[in-house]
Amino acid sequence: MATMLSVKDLHVSYGAIKAVRGVSFDINEGEIVTLIGANGAGKSTTLNTVAGLIKPESGTVEFQGKSIVGVKAHKIVEQGLAMCPEGRRVFTHMTVAENLEMGGYTRTDAENAETIELVYEHFPRLKERMRQVAGTLSGGEQQMLAMGRALMSRPQLLMLDEPSMGLAPILVEEIFDIIKTLNQNGTTILLVEQNASMALSIADRGYVLETGKINKTGTGQDLLHDDDVRKAYLGG
Amino acid sequence: MFDVTFVTQLLNGLQLGSIYALIALGYTMVYGIILLLNFAHGDIIMVGAYISWIVMSQLGMSPVLAIILSVAGCTLLGVLIDKVAYAPLRDAPRLSILITAIGVSYFLENGAQLVFGADAKVVPQYFEMDNLMLGDVQLSSVSLLIIIVTAVSTAVLTYVVNRTKLGKAMRAVSEDMGAARLMGINVNNTISFTFAVGSALAGIGAVLYSMAYTQASPTMGIMLGTKAFVAAVLGGIGSIPGAVIGGLLVGLAETFVSAIGLSVWKDAVVFLMLIIVLVVRPTGILGRPMTEKV
Repeated sequence: MATMLSVKDLHVSYGAIKAVRGVSFDINEGEIVTLIGANGAGKSTTLNTVAGLIKPESGTVEFQGKSIVGVKAHKIVEQGLAMCPEGRRVFTHMTVAENLEMGGYTRTDAENAETIELVYEHFPRLKERMRQVAGTLSGGEQQMLAMGRALMSRPQLLMLDEPSMGLAPILVEEIFDIIKTLNQNGTTILLVEQNASMALSIADRGYVLETGKINKTGTGQDLLHDDDVRKAYLGG
Repeated sequence: MFDVTFVTQLLNGLQLGSIYALIALGYTMVYGIILLLNFAHGDIIMVGAYISWIVMSQLGMSPVLAIILSVAGCTLLGVLIDKVAYAPLRDAPRLSILITAIGVSYFLENGAQLVFGADAKVVPQYFEMDNLMLGDVQLSSVSLLIIIVTAVSTAVLTYVVNRTKLGKAMRAVSEDMGAARLMGINVNNTISFTFAVGSALAGIGAVLYSMAYTQASPTMGIMLGTKAFVAAVLGGIGSIPGAVIGGLLVGLAETFVSAIGLSVWKDAVVFLMLIIVLVVRPTGILGRPMTEKV
C-alpha cells in the first residue's frame, strides 16, 4: 500500500506557545486514520499545518511523495488534498450551490457539473436546498455542505476536523456513515475527533495526541479496547 | 407640468450622486474584502483627472485615449497601492493598515502638488454634446451621460460579483479568508482583483467628474473621497446597492440644500445625515449587522 501522507517530527508554535511538539504519523492509500485527543492537544493545529494554513517551525510533510511544507494552501488543494475545517465555516451568505461551486474552484466547470451530482447523491438534502442561503441551514446540513464542498475538489485525501461537533447523536451516526461510504468509494480520510469512540470505531488506525505529542498508536479496534484510552477519552 | 427648477436640480443631484456612488462602490468593495477604509481611494480620482488633463491638454491627444488611459491608470494605481502599501500588512493589526492608507493619501496629494503645482488645471471638454429638451425643460446631456454610465457600471459590477467565478471568490474571501484558501482560491489575487475593479470605477468616476466640473487639483480627492465615504457608510458599508443608494442620497441632499439657498450648509447637512444614520442605524441603510470574527 502506498503512503499517501507522511508527517515527520512536526513542530508548530503560536508565538511562544508550542502547540505541536514533534508529531509524526503516516496515512496509507485507502485508509481511515484518526487523530484523537483532548481539547488543546494539537489536533487542529496539525491539520491546519498540513493544509498549509499555518507554517511549521520544523518537520516535514510529504503528500504523495512530494514535500508540501511552505506550499500555499490553495496550491495544496490543487494537488488533491482537501480539508473540511472545524466549525464547518460554510459561506453563510452564499447559496448551497455557490458554496459547492467554490469547493470546485480549482476544477473546470465541466468537472464540477459531474462532481456536484456525486455530492448530491451522498447528500440528497443539499440538492433539495441548493438555492437556499447556507446560513439558513441547520447545523447538520451545514456539516454536510462543508463536507460536500471539500469533496468538490475531488481530493485523494480528505481531512475532516471535528465533523461531529455540535450535532445530535442521530446526525453524528449519519455523518459517520457517509464518511465510511466516501472511504469505500476510494477517498483516503484523515479524521480529527473529540468523539473518540465513534472515530475509532470506523478508523483503520488511530493516533492519540496529548499536549502536542503522539502518545499512543494502533488499529482503531486496539485503541478502542486500550485501558488508558478508555479511561482518558471514552469515559471509563 | 414639472417645475422646471425642480427637474433641473433633480438632474444635478443625480449627476453628483452618481459620481459619489461610483467612488463609494470602490470604498465598499475594499472594505468588504479586507475591512480596510481605503482613505487613498479619493486621491485615485485626482490622479485619473490629471491623466485626462495631460493626455488632452498637454499631449493634445484624443479624448477617447484620455478616457482609456485615465481608467487604466487608476486601475493600475489601485492595484499597485495594494501590492506596495497594504499587502505587506495583511496580517498586521487593522489600525496599522488604516494609518498606511492615510499615508498613501498624503503621498498622492503632495506628490501631485509637487509635480503639477497647487493651482487647479482645466480639463478640456471630452465631447461636444447638445442638451436635450423635454418640453420646456432643458436636460443637460452631460448629466444624462453620467447617470447612464453609472447605472451601466453598477449593473456590470453586480453581474460580476454575483455571477462570475471571480466575483463569487470575492464574496467567499470577504466572508472567510481561511475557508476560501481551503477551497483553492488564491486570496491575494482575489484581493488584487477587488482593488482593480474598485479603482477602475474610480477611474470612470474621474472621467465623469472632469466632464461635469472640468477641473483637476491636487486636493480634489479629499472632499470627493470623504463624501463618497459618507455615502458608503450611509448605504451600509460592504453593500453594493447600499453604496449606490447612499451616493444618490448624498448627491441629492447636497444639491437641494444648495437649491433652496443654503449652499454654505450643504457639507454640514451631509455630515449631519451621517451622524443621524450612525445613531439610528449604525449598519447603514442596507448594511448587515457585523458579527465580530473570533
